[in-house]
Amino acid sequence: MVVFLQGRHNIGTIFLIMDKCFQQGFDAKSEQGFICTKLDSLINWVRANSIWPQPMGLACCAIELMGVGGSRFDIGRFGMEVMRFSPRQSDCMIVAGTVTYKMAGSVKRVYDQMAAPKWVVAMGACACSGGMFRTYSTLQGVDKVIPVDVYVAGCPTRPEALIDALMSLQNKIRSERSARGLFSK
Amino acid sequence: MEKEFTYPEPASLEADRLGEKMILNIGPSHPATHGVLRMKLELDGDLITRADPIVGQLHRGQEKMAENLTYNQFIPFTDRLDYLAPLCNNIAFVQCVEKIAGIGVTERCKAVRVICCELSRIASHLVGIAAYGMDAGSWTVFMYCFTQREKLCTLFEQLTGARMTTSYARVGGLARDIPEGWLGNVNSFANQFLPALDEIDALITRNKIFIDRTAGIGVVSPEQAMQWGLTGANLRGSGVASDLRKDVPYLGYENYEFDVPIGVNGDCYDRWLVRIEEMRQSIRIVRQAIEKMPDGPVNVADPRISLPKKEKVLRDMEDLINNFVLVTQGPDIPAGDAYFEAENPKGALGFYIVSKGGGVPYRVKIRAPSFVSLSAMQEILPGHHMSDMAVILGSFDFVLGECDR
Ligand code: SF4
Repeated sequence: MVVFLQGRHNIGTIFLIMDKCFQQGFDAKSEQGFICTKLDSLINWVRANSIWPQPMGLACCAIELMGVGGSRFDIGRFGMEVMRFSPRQSDCMIVAGTVTYKMAGSVKRVYDQMAAPKWVVAMGACACSGGMFRTYSTLQGVDKVIPVDVYVAGCPTRPEALIDALMSLQNKIRSERSARGLFSK
Repeated sequence: MEKEFTYPEPASLEADRLGEKMILNIGPSHPATHGVLRMKLELDGDLITRADPIVGQLHRGQEKMAENLTYNQFIPFTDRLDYLAPLCNNIAFVQCVEKIAGIGVTERCKAVRVICCELSRIASHLVGIAAYGMDAGSWTVFMYCFTQREKLCTLFEQLTGARMTTSYARVGGLARDIPEGWLGNVNSFANQFLPALDEIDALITRNKIFIDRTAGIGVVSPEQAMQWGLTGANLRGSGVASDLRKDVPYLGYENYEFDVPIGVNGDCYDRWLVRIEEMRQSIRIVRQAIEKMPDGPVNVADPRISLPKKEKVLRDMEDLINNFVLVTQGPDIPAGDAYFEAENPKGALGFYIVSKGGGVPYRVKIRAPSFVSLSAMQEILPGHHMSDMAVILGSFDFVLGECDR
């Protein structure tokens, strides 16, 4: 794939020489093997369809997270089955379970180790808000320590709801101004 | 964090193979630790010379919460103890409350509870062996186990409305009677489960790689197992035929025919075999329970314990008041204390409840089998190789929700 950037101030519009199969999936116009699109659309198209989640399985919700990977719900249908336990290889952290004060530091540290761009899904009532554990040891929502993109309700979240959440995350990624982040200092 | 790694005494040089020891921290976010366990290992080359499990990353203060909730309100919290077998926990807790109050539940209730317990046991063991197989490098067995577990989740959903967090038991009975046709569904599950289990068995049990990785690893002698307080499949894997369902029968387990599988060598392989066989025995119990399922009510006919019928609540003033008092103040449990242990998939889950009368417990103490299994790691892990750690942890099948409470 060859990308021609048209001038320094015009990076929003680019010409791409690529295969016909690239045409679908993002906002683009095609003429004689040339595709005209926005860099944002291209980057978002790539990012949204190759989410590698990092399962931060902390409690009960982690079992449903395993269920999503199982054969009945099969998250592989959406291209997100590549669960990576290493923060360096993943771009979406799924916080599944109760975050206690003792664990919060580790969650934050793993999040910090993830390479940008990165997103966070708070799975289940506990990760969203502390859930039913309003106690001396429970963090009242993981958004107290890391930014959350998608909140999913449920105790535990049903696998369908998690899949829905990941698809909303894809929608969110599609609407991001990604190119700006790439080229601005 | 580095501060915690300083050891006061220098390691002895004679024991060293490389001349220096290394401290390796594993977890709390690591696939081999099954949740939020953190292991601090002292390594000599790849030989573990010291292992410290660090627990508490999932401490949610459940025992403290129990002191402010009525007995029935605490049942949802018992779901989150061992979240792989919530029904077992619900039932163990209400059995303890019933022991203080001296409530005898109806025969139908007992039979339904037995089915619930055994189905839960299968669900829990399925996740246990799925994770264990994964630790030993087999992804296929995970898929096979989860396919079966999903069928169980559907059954639980039909019964309780929730896939995992069931909250089904109530003091003196159950939340509701079983839905129509449910027993038939359980039966067809049982029929298709046994061949599926044979398949899982055939995939792994005679697999050379699996045997090489597990046989002779993590050996626990019967004496050690009893000294350390191991219970459940981990104790039976060491060759001690101890099962609370046989030794101190509750829920009428004495009326069911089943065998207690035990291991011979007490190694990781035996614990695997015991779990597989226990699932077969559970199916046996479920089938007997379905066969002789008695008719009648599931709740005791005591207005101080059980909620009145909904139609009556909508019609009669007295029943409405009774319903209101029971829901807000909880069932009236006399002063006293009781300890009850149930044979859960992970081991003996015990509840010690002190009541000072009224609907709220004064103190609830939970004896978690996973905590005991994990404490034994300090003794078991040293002397093994680093790569054996995942298999040993997997073979003990613990769950951190229960361990940290
Ligand atoms: S939201 Fe519910 S199921 Fe999920 S971790 Fe919290 S208590 Fe467990």
